[in-house]
Amino acid sequence: MPYLKVHDGIFVTPQKTSPPTGASPDRDTAQGTPIGTARPRSARRPRLVIAAAASLVGLCLLSLAVGSRAIPLDQVVRALLDPGHPGLDTEVEAIVRGTRLIRTLVAVLAGAALGLAGAVMQGLTRNPLADPGLLGVSAGAAFGIVTATGVLGITTLAASIWFAFAGSAVAACVVYLLGSRGGGASPVKLALAGVAVTYLLDSLTSGVALTDPESLDRYRYWSSGSLTGHDGDALLGIAPFLAVGAILALSTAPALNSLSLGDDVATALGRRLGLVRLNTALAVMLLTGATVAVTGPIVFVGLVVPHLVRMVTGPDHRWLLPGTMLVAPCLLLAADIIGRVVARPQEIDVSLIAAFLGAPFFIALVRRRRLAEL
Amino acid sequence: MSGLELTRSGRRVAFRLTRPGVSGVLRLRLALVWLTLAVAAAGTFCLTVGIGSGDYTVPLGELLPALWGTGEPATVFVVQELRLPRAAVALLGGTAFGMAGAIFQAVTRNPLASPDMLGITQGAGAAVAAGIVLGTGPGLSTQTLGLAGALGAGLLIYLLAWNRGTTGYRIVLVGIGISWMCVSLTYYLLSRAELYQAQKMLGWLVGNLNDRGWAHAEPLALALAVLVPPVLLLGRLQRALLLGDEVAAGLGAPVQRVRMALLMCGAALAAFATAAAGPVLFVALAAPQIAQRLARSPAPPVTSAALTGSAIVLVSDLISQRLLHDTVLPVGVVTGVLGAPFLLWQLSRTGRTGS
Repeated sequence: MPYLKVHDGIFVTPQKTSPPTGASPDRDTAQGTPIGTARPRSARRPRLVIAAAASLVGLCLLSLAVGSRAIPLDQVVRALLDPGHPGLDTEVEAIVRGTRLIRTLVAVLAGAALGLAGAVMQGLTRNPLADPGLLGVSAGAAFGIVTATGVLGITTLAASIWFAFAGSAVAACVVYLLGSRGGGASPVKLALAGVAVTYLLDSLTSGVALTDPESLDRYRYWSSGSLTGHDGDALLGIAPFLAVGAILALSTAPALNSLSLGDDVATALGRRLGLVRLNTALAVMLLTGATVAVTGPIVFVGLVVPHLVRMVTGPDHRWLLPGTMLVAPCLLLAADIIGRVVARPQEIDVSLIAAFLGAPFFIALVRRRRLAEL
Repeated sequence: MSGLELTRSGRRVAFRLTRPGVSGVLRLRLALVWLTLAVAAAGTFCLTVGIGSGDYTVPLGELLPALWGTGEPATVFVVQELRLPRAAVALLGGTAFGMAGAIFQAVTRNPLASPDMLGITQGAGAAVAAGIVLGTGPGLSTQTLGLAGALGAGLLIYLLAWNRGTTGYRIVLVGIGISWMCVSLTYYLLSRAELYQAQKMLGWLVGNLNDRGWAHAEPLALALAVLVPPVLLLGRLQRALLLGDEVAAGLGAPVQRVRMALLMCGAALAAFATAAAGPVLFVALAAPQIAQRLARSPAPPVTSAALTGSAIVLVSDLISQRLLHDTVLPVGVVTGVLGAPFLLWQLSRTGRTGS
């Protein structure tokens, strides 16, 4: 694809004649510095993957070590690899293997799933504002939880997870069906149908929650978006859905590349648009639905990380999707660790830290770099 | 009438008047949409003033004199001091939200862009939350705080998106960042607040129209009077922007200046509306899209969007007051329940491009 090579910067030469002032600011800034000095994208992509994988491992270890009781790294590794070692404090082992391991796993899985779902969603709708919850998934989960508590009187955490998941599945189906009525789904129609269903369900959720205090309480707890307080069963329950969703999502990468050229070109290239859209929507529903059912809506990660990764990898989904899958958990883990440290002995919710510290970083990058548009 | 020449092609009527030398195109569908929406808004406005907020029903015969200040003193008080300001805030707020949404969606060329997706509303929310928790004293009302927050967020978005010019895409991305910072700040303050402060904050954040007086309606009316004429005057250049930056520049439109002027007007409209009516979500996003499909126009039409916005807010407020007056559902909840199915219905009727 020739346009990729232009983006790579190899063939771009600084032009002396400037276009009409203000017509194309992005190109203006690009012309100021010869881009030939920048490393070509083909070399940057593997580096990104390696760096992200390395920092993910490091952050995982840090997440196991840092907390209200700091544990040295060698003891963390020993507790992980060699449980029951005589030289190991049983309390340390309980903290690492009991609470922090599950918390770290939830963060990694949630980050990877939401990041992947966000990248796929932005590719599907071709809209930079698309987030993993755009298909009505988060709102459906919230409505499921509120109805389960308020109407059916179900209060256990394990049961409400399944109601949340069911709610998100129903919402996603409704959005997809409504968005594809009257002549097939298009990016604009899907996005607008998603937003409309989201607001409808949010309004209904507030309606139920404002009239029933118990469901308000349950909803508040869920919607604060937390990685803690889960057990291994919840994790095992959602893992199969995440796995299927991830495989589906990753397998749509070449098709999403074709879709980014426009519907007509994609059809001409032999893509079956309906099938691609259905696959993608299914993947997003599985990934986001299963995740937000457990963790609550941590939307920011899935919205922003694809944009960050796109600056390095360019718009090629074959690199963008795996890259996002590695970088998103890093952001979530880092936010979680910071949230544990800054207000000791209290903790600050991971979604707050992620948005408050991630957003300035994001804005700075958006300002500095040439944007790889969708 | 020999000087009037009419040519009809499809649903457009072109007219040419020779004596004063005026010519133009009338779009019948657009005119019909304007008329319907205006009648709907006006009708609901009268209903709100007549029967809204309370059991004291004012008959239509006494309504008009009471609006002018004549009639029974009790009726005049109820109409002029209690119901008229509230209805005015709903009418003007809906107008401003609809117009701001249409501007944002047209300038960024993104149907999901609206003041409440790009951080203007969230800026107001964060400022109000900060004011309530940190205690700014009685001098600064939530209205002033909301205005300052929204204008600040709008300015910040534009300054940060500016790097030797800007594009709609960059504005959208910076808006996402600002929006989420404000949201997380608001939730942090909410979790740190005392219970009575949290309740006050939530009451504002949901968006309701209770206890609205002339102090809320007047600044909004003034803002609309100042901001609507430039927006309408820039309409022609805005349509050029829809063709893309390069084409618009080729057509002679000063792209960056038009975009800045329009965005500033849009942000200011949204800011004043949010300050007066609270963050009534979904109106700014849905009204332009509904109007675009009603009018069958290729882009969000500013005037129709303004009329749609005011109709949605007025009808929602009437419903939340009259049908559900024993519950506590604020207008922000009703706009979602009312507007979303309508937008979905419109979407399902249109072809695959969605417009």
